[in-house]
Amino acid sequence: MATTQAIQVESLSKRYGKNVQALNQVSFEVGRGELFGLIGPDGAGKTTLIRILATLLLANEGQALVNGWEVRRDYRKIRSHIGYMPGRFSLYQDLSVEENLHFFATIFGTTIEENYELIRDIYVQLEPFRKRKAGKLSGGMKQKLALCCALIHKPVVLLLDEPTTGVDPVSRQEFWEMLKRLKEKEITILVSTPYMDEASLCDRVALIQKGNILSIDKPAGIVSAFDKPLLAVRTNDMYRLIHDLREFESTHSAFPFGEYVHLALRNAIWPEAIHAYLAGKEHTDIEIKPAQATIEDAFMELMTQE
Amino acid sequence: MVPAITADKLTKKFGDFTAVNQITFEVQKGEIFGFLGANGAGKTTAMRMLNGLSRPTSGQASVAGFDVYRETEKIKKHIGYMSQKFSLYEDLTVRENIQFYGGIYGLPGREIRHQIKELIGGLGMQEYANTLVKAIPLGWKQKLSFSIAIMHRPEIVFLDEPTGGVDPITRRQFWEMIYKAASEGMTIFVTTHYMDESEYCGRVSIMVDGRIAALDTPRALKEQFGASSMNDVFLQLTRPNQHGS
Repeated sequence: MATTQAIQVESLSKRYGKNVQALNQVSFEVGRGELFGLIGPDGAGKTTLIRILATLLLANEGQALVNGWEVRRDYRKIRSHIGYMPGRFSLYQDLSVEENLHFFATIFGTTIEENYELIRDIYVQLEPFRKRKAGKLSGGMKQKLALCCALIHKPVVLLLDEPTTGVDPVSRQEFWEMLKRLKEKEITILVSTPYMDEASLCDRVALIQKGNILSIDKPAGIVSAFDKPLLAVRTNDMYRLIHDLREFESTHSAFPFGEYVHLALRNAIWPEAIHAYLAGKEHTDIEIKPAQATIEDAFMELMTQE
Repeated sequence: MVPAITADKLTKKFGDFTAVNQITFEVQKGEIFGFLGANGAGKTTAMRMLNGLSRPTSGQASVAGFDVYRETEKIKKHIGYMSQKFSLYEDLTVRENIQFYGGIYGLPGREIRHQIKELIGGLGMQEYANTLVKAIPLGWKQKLSFSIAIMHRPEIVFLDEPTGGVDPITRRQFWEMIYKAASEGMTIFVTTHYMDESEYCGRVSIMVDGRIAALDTPRALKEQFGASSMNDVFLQLTRPNQHGS
């Protein structure tokens, strides 16, 4: 394998015990400076994959290189050159904000001052609380501190395991803005998330489910691969609508999407035919309009093809 | 018809901090009502008052027709509650969890046995009936928690951040269960961090700093704020100086 990529993974598999296949022959590459998303639900294998790349877990089969270093042989080099933010808050709750940061700088043989430039944007928001114990911070602030600690040694690759799980929409948005700015500083970022709507914020994404990668592409490519005619339908009775649409002869799939049902069709038909069918089922206030497929539509389609 | 929930200037203070500040709203029977807000906006405090777990400082509220000051025990009997974190006992099997909650709700033994069959069959969980809850997939846990939260046929069910982390198909199966319960007349009161989730609700309220800053259907709110999604609406309300960024 050429070593120009920031992350290279080939045919990686991991089992827990006899029955749990956490990763099944997973392969992908992440280019330098890329913001790459690993998108999938709980149990998809995201954490396992990130832990293997962080050299905290050994794979059963396959190869993985981080910045050209092999995860098994070169684990020391990898550990000193990557930043890793685990899914669970893992800073020292009894140390203050400042002490945590100082601690992580010291164990990586650097100082806060040396790489302050990299974390300044984020750290200024924490500065008013720098004497506060990490355990007493709000969720959004903890997350910012964890990111600062993961960045303090200026890593070449940043591994973020579900950084936005459980945080409110404002903190989520701020977090993604921070990642965008880090990307401009040419740090490669691999970030996992169960939230499909975050896919559009990545350069490329891998959709992952039950240890298998379903698709790897730019977000726009994933969405445009959804090739069924798609309509958004609503009526006065959402619950009956879902069931009635599933029984309609031209229906490929019908899933609720907010106030609408996304109706994917086997073949293009006139909306009037659907309107007439629903009116016949005593629906009122019928609205039918073309819909743009989302990452979730694409994900569900790939899941059901499996 | 008496609304399922009414709140009139409901307020809770902790010392000189006002966690919930004069909130006023009604939820109709059979409605799916989304209760949104950033961390620390006062959602949990408000919900605890409505559940009869926390005594208001001032204002009025009734839940299922019962007063939140005087009739808290009656409220508890007429509501269901599900939280992603605490609902089920991990070290009990699926069957044992149903049995346990049936007992807590005071259902007779015959009814509990019936519910075990009904519920496990309805969910298609036969293969997991005797499995410890900690060993079943998250999506199943959520569906099971919801079914248990409504097994005593409460008039109102409170869902506290119910659907994080599951795949999109499972998430929709969960919402279909909610729609079904609502179509049978149950009132659903749901809090969530995830704004796409709020688009499934009939109406949503958004709390900011202890107040209800907006309350309407998702469609009307999007129109009002000129936003393409509920996420945009939320960000405009909670970061008023930065929208459009």
